[in-house]
Order: sequence, then C-alpha cells, then structure tokens
Amino acid sequence: MSKKSFRQAINEALRQEMRRDPTVVLMGEDVAGGQGGSSGVKDAWGGVLGVTKGLQTEFGESRVLDTPISEASYIGAAAGAAATGLRPVAELMFVDFVGCCLDQIMNQAAKFRYMFGGKARTPLVIRAMYGAGFNAAAQHSQALYPLFTHIPGLKVVVPSSPYEAKGLLIEAIRDDDPVIFLENKVMYDDEEEVPDEAYTIPFGEANLTREGNDVTIVAIGRMVGMANEAADRLAKQGISCTVLDPRTTSPLDEQTILECVEDTGRLVIVDESSPRCNMACDISALVAEQAFGALKAPIRRVVPPHTPVPFSTPLEKLYMPSAEKIEAAVKSIMMQKTPEVA
Amino acid sequence: MTHALTALTMPKFGLAMTEGKLASWAFSPGDTVKEGDEVADIETSKITSGYESPASGILRKQVAQAGETLPVGALLGVVADADVSDADIEAFIASFKADTAEEGGEEAEAANTEPRLIKAGDHNLNVRDVGKGGSAPLLLIHGFGGDLSNWMLNQDVLARSHRVITFDLPGHGASSKDVGDGSVTALADAVSELLKALNISSAHVMGHSLGGGIALALLRDNPGVVASLTLVAPAGLGREVNAPALKDMVEADRTRDMQKALEALVHDKSLVGRKMADNVLKVRRLDGARDALRTIEASCFGNGQQSFDMRPVLDAARVPVTLFWGEEDEILPVTGAKNVPDSVTKHIMPKIGHMPQLEKTAELNRLVEAFLEKSHVTA
Repeated sequence: MSKKSFRQAINEALRQEMRRDPTVVLMGEDVAGGQGGSSGVKDAWGGVLGVTKGLQTEFGESRVLDTPISEASYIGAAAGAAATGLRPVAELMFVDFVGCCLDQIMNQAAKFRYMFGGKARTPLVIRAMYGAGFNAAAQHSQALYPLFTHIPGLKVVVPSSPYEAKGLLIEAIRDDDPVIFLENKVMYDDEEEVPDEAYTIPFGEANLTREGNDVTIVAIGRMVGMANEAADRLAKQGISCTVLDPRTTSPLDEQTILECVEDTGRLVIVDESSPRCNMACDISALVAEQAFGALKAPIRRVVPPHTPVPFSTPLEKLYMPSAEKIEAAVKSIMMQKTPEVA
Repeated sequence: MTHALTALTMPKFGLAMTEGKLASWAFSPGDTVKEGDEVADIETSKITSGYESPASGILRKQVAQAGETLPVGALLGVVADADVSDADIEAFIASFKADTAEEGGEEAEAANTEPRLIKAGDHNLNVRDVGKGGSAPLLLIHGFGGDLSNWMLNQDVLARSHRVITFDLPGHGASSKDVGDGSVTALADAVSELLKALNISSAHVMGHSLGGGIALALLRDNPGVVASLTLVAPAGLGREVNAPALKDMVEADRTRDMQKALEALVHDKSLVGRKMADNVLKVRRLDGARDALRTIEASCFGNGQQSFDMRPVLDAARVPVTLFWGEEDEILPVTGAKNVPDSVTKHIMPKIGHMPQLEKTAELNRLVEAFLEKSHVTA
C-alpha cells in the first residue's frame, strides 16, 4: 500500500483490469494523444489531464483507441462493442460534451437490457470529468450527474477520493450494465493510501466518513472532502455530524440515508450540481416522505445558484459550495430550538 | 518506584491510530488510582478500549474532558501523590504542553514500525516487526479472517520487553493470496518460511483461534523453533465451531452485514463499530481474498466442524504452554479448554468472547509478559 493520487488510482484500475481481462478496451479523444505530432512520442498526452498515460504503450493501438472528435460515433461504437462482447471504457473527456451523444447513451446503451427482454448485456463504462473550480468556464465545468441519474438503465458513480475511485472503477468495469463514472477534475492530484492490488467497492452502499449524533450531511463526490472539513470544525464546537457519501447516485442507498436521518434528526445535503432537479432535491424528497417524523429541523441544501458556472475566479468561488457554507448551514439548523435542547 | 507526577496521555492503539476520543473517565479528580487501573475509555476509529494508569497515586487533574478528540500523546490528565501542590501540577501541565509542542520526531519513529512485505518461500507476507530484547522474539499468529491488526492492543505493549512480530497469514490482510490447500499444515509451513526469512531459529509463539492451531502444527512439524506456546482460544482442541458465523465473516459484503458478523467475535457487542466492519471489508474486497478464505474454510472447517485434531500435539508438548479462553466464546466453545495437560497454565476469562486480546487486553498482556518471563527462566 502506498499513497496514490486520484489520477494514479484511476490509471492503476484501468491497467489492472486490462491486464486481467483482454476484452477491456479504451477509446476516446486523446486517450493516447499527440499522434502525428512532431514529438515522436505515441501517447504524449495520455488523456487531456494525463489519466490514461502509458496505457497505449503497454496495451497497443488495438486496445487503446484514439478516436476522431465525434462523440456520437465513438460512444455509439462503444455501446455496440459492449453489446457484442467487449468491455469498453469510453472517455467523454468533459461531461459537458454529452449533448453530442446523448441518444447513444440514453436511448441505446441504457435501454438494451430492457428492450431485448433481459437478453442483452451492455458492460460499458463511460468516464468523464465534471465539476467547477478549475476556471474552465460554463461549457467545461458542469456537474451533470443528475442528468444521468434521471435515466433508468444507467448506473452513476461519483467517487470522492483516490481509494474510492480505484475500487469503484474496477467494479464499474466488471459490471454488466452501462456505468457513467464521473471524476471531479479538481481532485486528480488528491492523494491517499490506495492498495496496490485490485479491489472492488459495491454499488449502492453509502460510506460514512464521519459518524455523529446531531446532523447528517449527505455529500457527493468532491463535496465529501468539504463536508468532512466542516464536520471536523463543527466537532470542535460541540456539534457532531455524520458525513454520508452515497458513492453512487444510481443506485442510491436510500436505507442508509434514512437510518442516519432517523439517528440525527437533521439533514444537510451538499451537491455541486445546478439546484433544480439535482440530487439534493431528490434526497430531500426521499427524507421528507419517509423520515418526516424524525426531522427536528428543516432540511438544508448547500448548492450553487441556478446559473451557468462563471469563468471569473472570484465569482466561481462564490458559486461553489464550501466547507464554510456547509458549516453555516449546519449551524443554522442547530440554532432551531427543539424541546430537548434546553 | 512511583514518580511524584505522572502524565496520562492519549495512548496509541495500533499503527493507524493518530488520534483518539476520550470517551469517558472512570475516575473523578481526587480519586485514588492504582497502576494498571483502567482510568479512561478511549475510542478510536476501530475500537473502544480501556486506558490503564501507568502509575499509582491520586488523579489530581483531568486536563481533557470526555468527548474530546486528541492526537496520540496528548495530555489527558495528571496522577500525583497527595502532597504535590496544585501549583506544581499546573507547572507540570504547562511544561508538558511546551515539551510536546517542541517534539517533532515522533512521526519518523512511527515510520519504522510500519509493516512491510517480506518474501517467505512462495509467499509475500506483510510483517510488522517491533521492539527488542527477550530470550527469543515473540511471533503472534492471528486467526481465520483476521490480520495483524488483531494484535493492535498487544504488540506494542509486549514490545516494551521483547521483539514482537505480527504478520498477515497467506490469504489475509496485505499478504499474497495463495494459500495452497488451505490446511493448517500449509499455513504452518508459511510460518516456518517466515521465521527462516527473518533468520529466527527460535521464537515464542502466540496464536489466536486458527492461529493457535497453526502454532500447534508448527510445534508438531518444526519443534525446534518453538520456545513457548501461548494459545488464545485455539482451534484444533475440539470438533465444534460456529461455522455459520465464519461463513458470514467471509461472505458479508455490506457494512451492516459485516458488523453483525463480527459481533459474534466478542461478548461486549458495542466493541464492534461500523468503522471496524469497513476496515475488514476493505481487506475482503481485494482480489483473491475471499477465495483464499473459502479454501481455508473448506480445509479447516469443512462440514461445519473443525477437521484437524491438535490434542496429541498439545499432550506431547515439551515447551511451556499457556492457554487463554473466554467463557462466552461464540466461535470456538470454551469446552475446548477442558482436559488439557496439567502443565498448561490455563486462564479462563469470564464474560469474554472469542477475542480476549481485544476484550481483556490489559490482563492478557500482563499474564503473557509474566509467562514469557517465567518461560525464559525455565528454558
């Protein structure tokens, strides 16, 4: 075991699965990169942020395919390849590009199993970067996991750390259904202890990164780290929080969310996606319907405003949730007088 | 010898522990405490355990309050004689805090106690080797489905007077996953290979559960290397085993299922937290880990029974042997401790389950230290 970055953890997951299973192939724009350039190096880029670096060198051009800039064609090709026996991992680069290939994902890959009466398998993984905080402006900064979560037939994974990323990606590659795997682009250099061996983390089971009695904070992806930071600060002020990372937004571990809210009686949800119809809305509805009686205070959502992600650094900062905003949200519902708080 | 002033500090239970929560004080300021009394409960991400007073005296001051989370080594309180003035206590606290603020070398020291992979025959074993001294090193063998962290409350304490080695058995923890036919003999071979790789010709061996069975197999197959035997709820002394519980411990794949499965290991169920279950699951989810355990399970506990008999080995043992067993053991019933040779020093522990080394840490550590001392004299 050694410390690895989020980027290394994903690269290692891909490499180990490609070594284990010859049907695993990669495809996408610049997953090798730099071909035909003057450097002479075959995979000069290894993905725009270097995540797939070295894989074409090890596995060759027949398993690591640099595709034309045409999402509709290669995502469609990946869906077909999955239906006919390969395990493709297609990289969409920025998740914002999904508009160009949504039919292939939403109406084809997601529906094969259902439309063919359970006889088709579609072991497809689509990796993509998401998230603001990178000064990448409105067309390269969205957090579109609610869009995929909305579509039945897709599994949606949003890992919160390097350890989580490796285990969840290996699980995604071995899964027989289409999986959307979303990587927050600000997290690629985050480091933690990651086992050298291959391992899996099952979908649909939330991870509790903090356990407390007063407030449940549900946080997604990069927001988990911020929620942990807020929880640690609040602990010093005598407020103890559970931090719950759902790991997958579809399937969603409703049971653990409800249990935690039953225990704490208060809920804060941190979601960096646009606030209309996002995960914070969905989880709020779940808790309001099924655990209303346990609530001692209103549910609070820490989410961005309903605007495009700003390019300006100060505005982007203002747009994003933060540990400070989470801390303030928690305090706002701890101030509510309840009979047991004397 | 008692010091006039003794600092109570946040203990380190296991290598991963960097901070702990003072769950509760067992004594109030002004109370008299004896050395070895559990003065406080410390909660870590893995377990809650008692913290023993390192000295006798009066608990003069509680510096930390229940509920506080503090780094390892932080000052919790002060034990002192009655005649020490309050001013001296305050001065002691102030100087303690100043000293610890200056120290920065602790991390470097901790790095040396990290486990590392050692090639032992065909296996790569994850080994943690700490401490110096003793007539021979002490080797601790964990049980089925466990790993070296099962000894997290014992290794560093016993290492005050001995070189103490813990490791992950093949198929367990961070060790390689090839377990051969999964028999105690195959696992005892791996232990022999490890001792060879470490250049150890003679070791005190302490084994828990299946590790106890392996220790007995080691004594049978390689008698020269075993200087003494400490058996903690060992396998191989009876037929009965809670096979469904073992199966759950291998197969559970959700935190709450694993937590439930692990509860069978202890009498005080509150010892098993969610984090403990998560840590076990992290190991189970490594490729090959469950298959390795299934192979061992089939070989050692096939048909719902213990398939190997180590009684003849125990009866013929010529080295000092001591035996610990929790009366409420739900995995291997305490009846296994019946009819052992008179030469075996038996400690049957009331209200304790299958893991006395976690549930009755202080007493077990003290008794093991005394046993090793005595074994050294008689050897």
